[in-house]
Amino acid sequence: METFLQQLVNGISQGSAYALIALGYTMVYGVLKLINFAHSDVYMFGAFMGFYIANSSWFQATMGTSVLSGVVVLLGAMVLASMLGILIERFAYRPGRSPSPGTLAFWFGILGAGFGYLLGKTPGAVAAGVLAGIVVGVILEKWGVRPRAQSSSLKILIIAIGVSFFLENSGQQVFGADPKFFPQIIPTKVLNVAGLSLDSQKLTVLGVAIVLMVLLNVIVNYTKTGKAMRAVSFNLDAARLMGINTDRIIAFTFGLGSALAGAGGILVSLMYPKIDPLMGILPGLKAFVAAVLGGIGNITGAMFGGLIIGLAEVMAVGYGQSTYRDAIAFVILVLILLIKPTGIMGKGMVEKV
Amino acid sequence: MKRRSWIQASFLLCTTVLTSCSRDQGQGDEILIGEYGSLTGTTATFGISTMNGIEMALDEVNQSGGLLGKTVRVIVEDDQGRPEEAQTVVTKLITRNRVVALLGEVASSRTLAAAPVAQQMGIPMVSPSSTNPAVTEVGDFIFRVCFIDPFQGLVMAKFAAQSLQLTDVAVLRDIKNDYSVGLADVFVENFRALGGTIVADEGYSEGDTDFSAQLTSIRARRPQAIFVPGYYTEVGLIARQAKSLGIEVPLLGGDGWDSPSLIEIGGAALEGSYFSNHYSVDDPSPAIQKFVGDYRARYGATPDALAGLGYDAAQILFDAIRRAGSADPTAIRDALAQTKDFAGVTGVTTLDENRNAVKPAVVLQVNDGKLAYVETINP
Repeated sequence: METFLQQLVNGISQGSAYALIALGYTMVYGVLKLINFAHSDVYMFGAFMGFYIANSSWFQATMGTSVLSGVVVLLGAMVLASMLGILIERFAYRPGRSPSPGTLAFWFGILGAGFGYLLGKTPGAVAAGVLAGIVVGVILEKWGVRPRAQSSSLKILIIAIGVSFFLENSGQQVFGADPKFFPQIIPTKVLNVAGLSLDSQKLTVLGVAIVLMVLLNVIVNYTKTGKAMRAVSFNLDAARLMGINTDRIIAFTFGLGSALAGAGGILVSLMYPKIDPLMGILPGLKAFVAAVLGGIGNITGAMFGGLIIGLAEVMAVGYGQSTYRDAIAFVILVLILLIKPTGIMGKGMVEKV
Repeated sequence: MKRRSWIQASFLLCTTVLTSCSRDQGQGDEILIGEYGSLTGTTATFGISTMNGIEMALDEVNQSGGLLGKTVRVIVEDDQGRPEEAQTVVTKLITRNRVVALLGEVASSRTLAAAPVAQQMGIPMVSPSSTNPAVTEVGDFIFRVCFIDPFQGLVMAKFAAQSLQLTDVAVLRDIKNDYSVGLADVFVENFRALGGTIVADEGYSEGDTDFSAQLTSIRARRPQAIFVPGYYTEVGLIARQAKSLGIEVPLLGGDGWDSPSLIEIGGAALEGSYFSNHYSVDDPSPAIQKFVGDYRARYGATPDALAGLGYDAAQILFDAIRRAGSADPTAIRDALAQTKDFAGVTGVTTLDENRNAVKPAVVLQVNDGKLAYVETINP
């Protein structure tokens, strides 16, 4: 019995990690009907930003191991992650929706950085490469070579997959492919309650996940911006006709979703302190399953979906074989799609992906 | 239309310029040796330490005039810690760079993936530190300069049963890893033969971050120690999670623990744990102390066993080339097979008829964040 209860605790803490990632997935989907595959990589980016903030000399000098420093790292990573999210939206997703000047210059600049590094391997060469790339991009745009803005959800989905691979692989180049160890920035205590070991960090993660879920619900359902988000979700063209700046609302949605991913990156890294550029892939997929399980687009559903996946995994390992750890989430995905495609809390509507 | 073809042409030009690097072949006055290892990935310190050791041996031989009147050059390839990549880079080293011999890998899974290529192409391969028995069974061109898992597993079983007087031990093995599974099997068999009981046998996969479910199951069986024959990244995380579940017993392990990162990851949770290894830097023998001193001066770090084995593997290979009197792969293989009583930093190496080294093992303990020598166990 004691073992079972401990496994329950383990499952809930694993599940709260998935829930955190699933929240952002589901919110972006709810508004834009887009599965943002780059979400799990923004999560990775958030973890690395936290790692660099916590290891910076400024942080080392002024902050110690305290709850406050945890909050500083968390907020810093959320801000940086949301900036990345807005950048991705502006230069990858928006050009797929409507003509956006500067897109080619941006991507050619990135290509230029890669070529510059290949040829020179010095910051100067990279900067020259970026500059050359931007010039090429601007010239091409002048000539009329432009991304074709013909909105189709399939196109944007494939762009999302491309962005995801781009972030994973450039992450290996920029951050290095070997795993890093996330510093212990908040104090840990192991509480013993009736033979159960409760790790204070795991409780923090669960608590923050619940708080973020409530906050998100409030933003989406009870604020003016939230109302605009729902309007955009309902009908993009009609929302624009009603005077809503749809591009800004979509950028805000991405920023918010990415901030959540960044928060997830930090909190999960506190529990499991190994971070690497590919760390987002599997948790991201499982969080996606969690979002589908809860009813994609439904914020409370994502929370429950995450907890169910976490529990199922831990029980599969604890009472079965560790080999089934990764299989169980996907078995659940197949089952839920066959039995109740809209998920536990999803509304009965037909969606195209 | 015209404009587009111009753009295509300029792209084509760019890519041609970038991909047309020259074939990297040995000149007449060079002996080319290939090295492959995990310079990145979850076992990055394995590859880096080994590379450092090999580099030191290489500089020593070139400073004393090279081999057969030629300079020795080692071409290093990163396999990113992935078996399929190991196979690819070894194929490249043999077919493109035309190396006459290969050094690598540390992890048995990777050596096992690459060894058939070397065997088929008739290029001798010396693994510094792959301990799974299957490695040299691939064929007569595959050698190793370290002891094998049946011996290492026996050492830890003996140490647990006799030195620590334990009776109930749990096992937590990496089921995706040939090294870990092999070592766990041998440990279980020998520990039972010595009268002990294996109270739990759980598994995980390399790359996992959450081990709480397995550790909770193990905790319920109340073992006196947990044998974790994995690699340092997972071992560190396992140690932390064991502590946070209130498990206070020591962990036991093998040479896969040996890494400067082990303590960084596991921290205080590893205090009091034991593992078997190839050598100890505390050994007073002058050869070891000279190696440790040179290594510290050069890399600013204490050499782990993998650095020592990389150094020895390179020295043994150079010695074989010298004795063969030629850089022909088959002649080098024949000379390697004759290696006898070679005194290196990780002990005296004699290669037996199965191309394995017969050497003693040491047991180390994590003590105050450092590795302390406990005892030597002879074969």
